[in-house]
Amino acid sequence: MKALVAVKRVIDYNVKVRVKADSSGVDLSNTKMSINPFDEIAVEEAVRLKEAGVIDEIIVASIGPKESQEQIRAALALGADRGIVVVSDNKPYPLQVAKILKSIAEQESADIILLGKQAIDDDNNQTGQMLAALMGIGQGTFASEVKVEGDKVNVTREVDGGFQTVALSLPAVITTDLRLNEPRYAKLPNIMKAKKKQLDEKTPADFGVDMTSKQEIIKVVPPAERKAGIKVGSIDELVDKLRNEAKVI
Amino acid sequence: MAILVYAEHDNASLKKATLNTIAAAKQMGDDIHVLVAGSGNQAAADEAAKAAGVSKVLLADNAAYEHQMAENIALLVADVAGDYSHIIAPATTTGKNFMPRVAALLDVSMISEITAVIDAQTFERPIYAGNATATVKTTEDKVVLTVRTTAFDPVAAEGGSASVETLDNIQDSGKASFVNEEMAKSDRPELTSASIVVSGGRALGNGENFTKYIDPLADKLGAAVGASRAAVDAGYVPNDMQVGQTGKIVAPDLYIAVGISGAIQHLAGMKDSKVIVAINNDPESPIASIADYFLEADLFDALPELTSKI
Repeated sequence: MKALVAVKRVIDYNVKVRVKADSSGVDLSNTKMSINPFDEIAVEEAVRLKEAGVIDEIIVASIGPKESQEQIRAALALGADRGIVVVSDNKPYPLQVAKILKSIAEQESADIILLGKQAIDDDNNQTGQMLAALMGIGQGTFASEVKVEGDKVNVTREVDGGFQTVALSLPAVITTDLRLNEPRYAKLPNIMKAKKKQLDEKTPADFGVDMTSKQEIIKVVPPAERKAGIKVGSIDELVDKLRNEAKVI
Repeated sequence: MAILVYAEHDNASLKKATLNTIAAAKQMGDDIHVLVAGSGNQAAADEAAKAAGVSKVLLADNAAYEHQMAENIALLVADVAGDYSHIIAPATTTGKNFMPRVAALLDVSMISEITAVIDAQTFERPIYAGNATATVKTTEDKVVLTVRTTAFDPVAAEGGSASVETLDNIQDSGKASFVNEEMAKSDRPELTSASIVVSGGRALGNGENFTKYIDPLADKLGAAVGASRAAVDAGYVPNDMQVGQTGKIVAPDLYIAVGISGAIQHLAGMKDSKVIVAINNDPESPIASIADYFLEADLFDALPELTSKI
């Protein structure tokens, strides 16, 4: 079986985000960029499925700026076999990304398509579901456990209130939640070997996808600041403040 | 054209998130219809018909919808979408699961977790774990979006008298089936709708200390109990108690964070709370910078005292 894993180049999750003064967006110049953490979990899951003998080949795709190659190389160093970077100057919106991934998944005849549940920049949580809809196949979102059995996959999902398990016919789309696994670190020899692995460069036009979106971000501003709080010296003072000042108890 | 709101429910009764979502819908238009899809869900539909501001309830009652599987629900919603300008669902795990599927079936982009309505085509939503707020405009013919329920005050549960129309539209994709579910049991108020939340972090040390220190305070306040990801990952409490970007988003009147340092992932889930109290032995922890009241103390001394004095 083949796995397709989608990874996104995003600001590193440890970086404190700065909004640009002209409200046009977030300042990404000279900022550390990484694989979206949920996508790293998706890569790890694919590699584990390969180690378990379920998957024969792992293809990693990324849609975005040319530099997204770095994130694909990182995924190759973790154990993926080859990469496809789809270079787009337009901001990638989930619907267009899903359309490109659909073409790749069909061209490659992928049986399992893994994505992160959301990217930590746009926090959309849409691409996996849209991809499954476009392909007309099942989806296992927010996965915390994945078990492939024959031509089916059982996915345990994190839902409000607990866990739900669904059975999906393959091919299927799975989006990863944080608890699915602990991604490994790339070893230096593997980073060196990853440089020799195949990485094809494509454009959205190769897949016949127009990257313009009818959705537009008009402005980006910092969130409203909370007014500075105070330090209280004792429980008595805290209880008094909550009762008489904040009036919340 | 009318607005379609997807109802969150457990077949037997409507979830409050639906009322918050109707409130958001009312800021986009007047004619609001509510779709209640499930199995044996007549009671939930009757409840929806009583919600203030609802003019029609669509009831889809079939085994195919029992577990709200995204594959089937999305086909149903996309099928009835023709009559609506806006299709709206609460940003619960159910809404997040099927709504992007609806958008893709309709070939439109989608807007996730809006926190404010500027006009019927323009919305605000948090990005970068709540570290920035984006204003998003859409020119799609159909506006498909989910609503962060804590950002909108619910409409009244009583007072409406909408008609209930039964749909006989049965959609079964055949691609996915329900196997089982394992729900955490709790007698406390639901985390996302509680007016007071007491949350514990890694500093609690183990699960027994949650029971021993956090629960009595929560019981006395009638509060829900939450947790940081560190506490969940350490196995102290189940994951549905996790507050944060990857867990639940809460905005209660009072949020008490105990032994939580305040990583941005956690702050994204609770920083819209009205009043934030932090009890921590480290005055330099990030939680101190957003707390309205910060008490530097050892939680094992402070919590029993706080519980006894409330």
